[in-house]
Amino acid sequence: MTSSTSASDRHPMTGNEMSGESAGGMERHQYDVVVIGAGGAGLRSAIAAHDAGAKVAIVCKSLLGKAHTVMAEGGIAASMGNVYPEDNWEVHFRDTMRGGKMLNNWRMAQLHAQEAPERVMELEDWGALFDRTDDGLISQRDFGGHKYARLAHVGDRTGLEMIRTLQQRAVQLGIDVFMECTITDVMLDKGAGDPKVSGAFGYWRETGRFILFEAPSVILATGGIGKSFKVTSNSWEYTGDGHALAMRAGASLINMEFVQFHPTGMVWPPSVKGLLVTESVRGDGGILRNSEGKRFMFDYIPEFFKAETADTIEEADRWYDDKTNNRRPPELLPRDEVARAINSEIKAGRGTPHGGIFLDIASRRTPEFIRKRLPSMYHQFKELADVDITAEPMEIGPTCHYVMGGVEVDADTQESGVTGLYAVGECSGGMHGSNRLGGNSLGDLLVFGKRAGEAATAYTNSLGASLPKVDEADVKAAQASALAPFEVEGGENPYTIQSDLQQSMNDLVGIIRTGAELEESLTEIEAFKERAKRMVVEGHRQYNPGWHLAIDLRNMLIVSECIAKAALARQESRGGHTRDDFPGPNAEWGTKNLVVNLNAAGTGVDLHEKPLPVMPDELKKYFETPAAPPPVEPVETKES
Amino acid sequence: MAYRLKMRIWRGDKDGGALGDYDVEVSEGEVVLDAIHRVQATQAGDLAVRWNCKAGKCGSCSAEVNGKPRLMCMCRLSDFDEEETITVTPMRSFPVIRDLVTDVSFNYEKAKELPSFSPPPRDADNKRRMQQIDVERGQEFRKCIECFLCQNTCHVVRDHEENKKAFAGPRFFLRYAELDMHPLDTNDRRELAQDAAGLGMCNITKCCTEVCPEGIKITDNAIIPMKERVADKKFDPLVWLGNKIGVRNKDNEGRTEL
Repeated sequence: MTSSTSASDRHPMTGNEMSGESAGGMERHQYDVVVIGAGGAGLRSAIAAHDAGAKVAIVCKSLLGKAHTVMAEGGIAASMGNVYPEDNWEVHFRDTMRGGKMLNNWRMAQLHAQEAPERVMELEDWGALFDRTDDGLISQRDFGGHKYARLAHVGDRTGLEMIRTLQQRAVQLGIDVFMECTITDVMLDKGAGDPKVSGAFGYWRETGRFILFEAPSVILATGGIGKSFKVTSNSWEYTGDGHALAMRAGASLINMEFVQFHPTGMVWPPSVKGLLVTESVRGDGGILRNSEGKRFMFDYIPEFFKAETADTIEEADRWYDDKTNNRRPPELLPRDEVARAINSEIKAGRGTPHGGIFLDIASRRTPEFIRKRLPSMYHQFKELADVDITAEPMEIGPTCHYVMGGVEVDADTQESGVTGLYAVGECSGGMHGSNRLGGNSLGDLLVFGKRAGEAATAYTNSLGASLPKVDEADVKAAQASALAPFEVEGGENPYTIQSDLQQSMNDLVGIIRTGAELEESLTEIEAFKERAKRMVVEGHRQYNPGWHLAIDLRNMLIVSECIAKAALARQESRGGHTRDDFPGPNAEWGTKNLVVNLNAAGTGVDLHEKPLPVMPDELKKYFETPAAPPPVEPVETKES
Repeated sequence: MAYRLKMRIWRGDKDGGALGDYDVEVSEGEVVLDAIHRVQATQAGDLAVRWNCKAGKCGSCSAEVNGKPRLMCMCRLSDFDEEETITVTPMRSFPVIRDLVTDVSFNYEKAKELPSFSPPPRDADNKRRMQQIDVERGQEFRKCIECFLCQNTCHVVRDHEENKKAFAGPRFFLRYAELDMHPLDTNDRRELAQDAAGLGMCNITKCCTEVCPEGIKITDNAIIPMKERVADKKFDPLVWLGNKIGVRNKDNEGRTEL
């Protein structure tokens, strides 16, 4: 690596200019579309924008190919009908809406169900190697909340296959990638009319130098917020950057009270607490038992899913081989139901030695089957916990996994309330309502990634030569703000504040919530915000994780406040939001979303209610009772 | 169960550095990356280290632990004696950026040189058909998490910086093999693998296979079969004669040579 080079001589990996001659040590780039994030959503958006003719840049905090999409295990839900020909988008749409307890944006759920199959086929065109059916088609597996076996998969490492395929496609197309580069501000042109996006400002993690992208369209694809919780399946990157960037730019977020706690995370050893154990374990026959050996899920079948869930062990066990005459095992209820049930069992004192519940596939399937179908789970438990899952049960418990809430966007284009600002994937909101079905995330990334990339390009093209301008005063302010933690004397270590925030969110805004605890959490968040003003970092700007955390922590704080505030306001229990003081859903709350914005002073969060978009009659018919259609039962019983 | 672990961690940048001594509390079930994180959170806030998933799935936290190329997140402290000092250094084959973070751009450059998958049109019903047994060969190679430990270990570049230009390394031989064995790919990449990617420079010492955290049999299942495919094409006397006299003017099995 060279430390001083000419402006055109870029670092071969990162594209970093490393030039001391750039004005103010800051480099500038011009693009039609800038995508922030290089997971499935970011890569798919960038490919779509490129295909639509845009000059596009991908900016990501990690190396290319490391985003959290690699952690997705189960598969991509798409009604391709390869295993059950009866499956179609209408059934998938219905499953998605019911899984989200009808709080989904119906249009997003519809588009997702309609377009997911073709998005999966595209991956195959680009080199993905999915598992096959006997006929040589893409195989599809069972998952919680999905009526038919529907998840296109590669063993239990589907996310890795997806990200590698998209990464290789983006490289093939020659899309510019700025790796290990963090965006801290979306730039706005606040001239005539409403504010419009004019670019994005950030810094190279490697050198600490600033970088400015001038671009009329910015697509946020930054993923989730899990790092605000202590027990999480999410990595360090998931600090709510897109959520916070959007809010600071003036966009609103919806559904922030809905956080998905995945029922099955590892509980031991402590260092991997929260690490995901795929739902495929249950899809492939695994069951949940408490310390008394009881298969307890039969005690937790809610009214809403009674008609389609087996109520005896015998029927549940028959379902794996005969789906025509039997109903689904309760272990395959949607994630919110299973997570709550596990939580109740542990609270009632029927937990395992390490405070979890047993997930048992060893007594139900052969070692060969388990190793073939769940290779990375086998590996993960063997390497990290010394547990052989073909011989003994796993210990698992709920872990913060996914946020249903996110930037409020237009369903067809993914544009936020701010002109030129788009959000896609986990950082957008609406698609999954109050609870996401497993397998619907990967499809979400692909379907709406493509839509956002195309819409952002069309918008940029519509501007012609009159591009929004970056205000140099805003650039100065962004620089000052990023460097502030170096200016403090005798302040607090950001790692300590982060750790305290994670504990607080886990304790007070976790899987079961009460009004009093949520109020307490808001008080604590205010205190964290005060402490964060006095954060100090040691060392200098080159690859300094302490500084990076200090910057990300501001996003974690504002997003945490959104979650706590919305959770306090919603006085009911629905999907990923459970209130001990308001058990059960409330019909009136089922008609509205909660929307949050940054307040006028920029110091906190304002909240208001908004009516849910009304579903047109031709879609409503899928939810009429009692003949809840489409009632077609599978006629084939092929193993997927 | 907690105890004090003695660690030596390399600190420095491209201009040089040294091993620093640390004494950090660790507990049962932890891995080397946990210890590094605790040093970072309590003693050295600016200690640079790459990591993401902490579950052996993303391949970010590659380093050398007591001289062995490992993922720090899959390196359990229980495999070491409690009294033993654990030494962590950055991957040796790549230039250091800072502390444990290295410049792995070599790999991203090599990825760009590789011609991508090129399928025929879909079937009439808009689907594609492949048999499970045929995709499984490629699936093994696609388990690769791009930790680049194989690239770091391969002595062709580890000890010979000058070879980097002409040598793509084990990770990309995997990719060549994956595409060559893909049931639907329409390109013949054998010449390219041999000449441009430097497959011939590999003398199958299997060091790459040994360090692969995914247990991919890089040498046996990818490199050796690729070498055989190249040899069939280049050195089989009958194929050579057939090509020479025009009976068999191409040996691309219906594929397009790149």
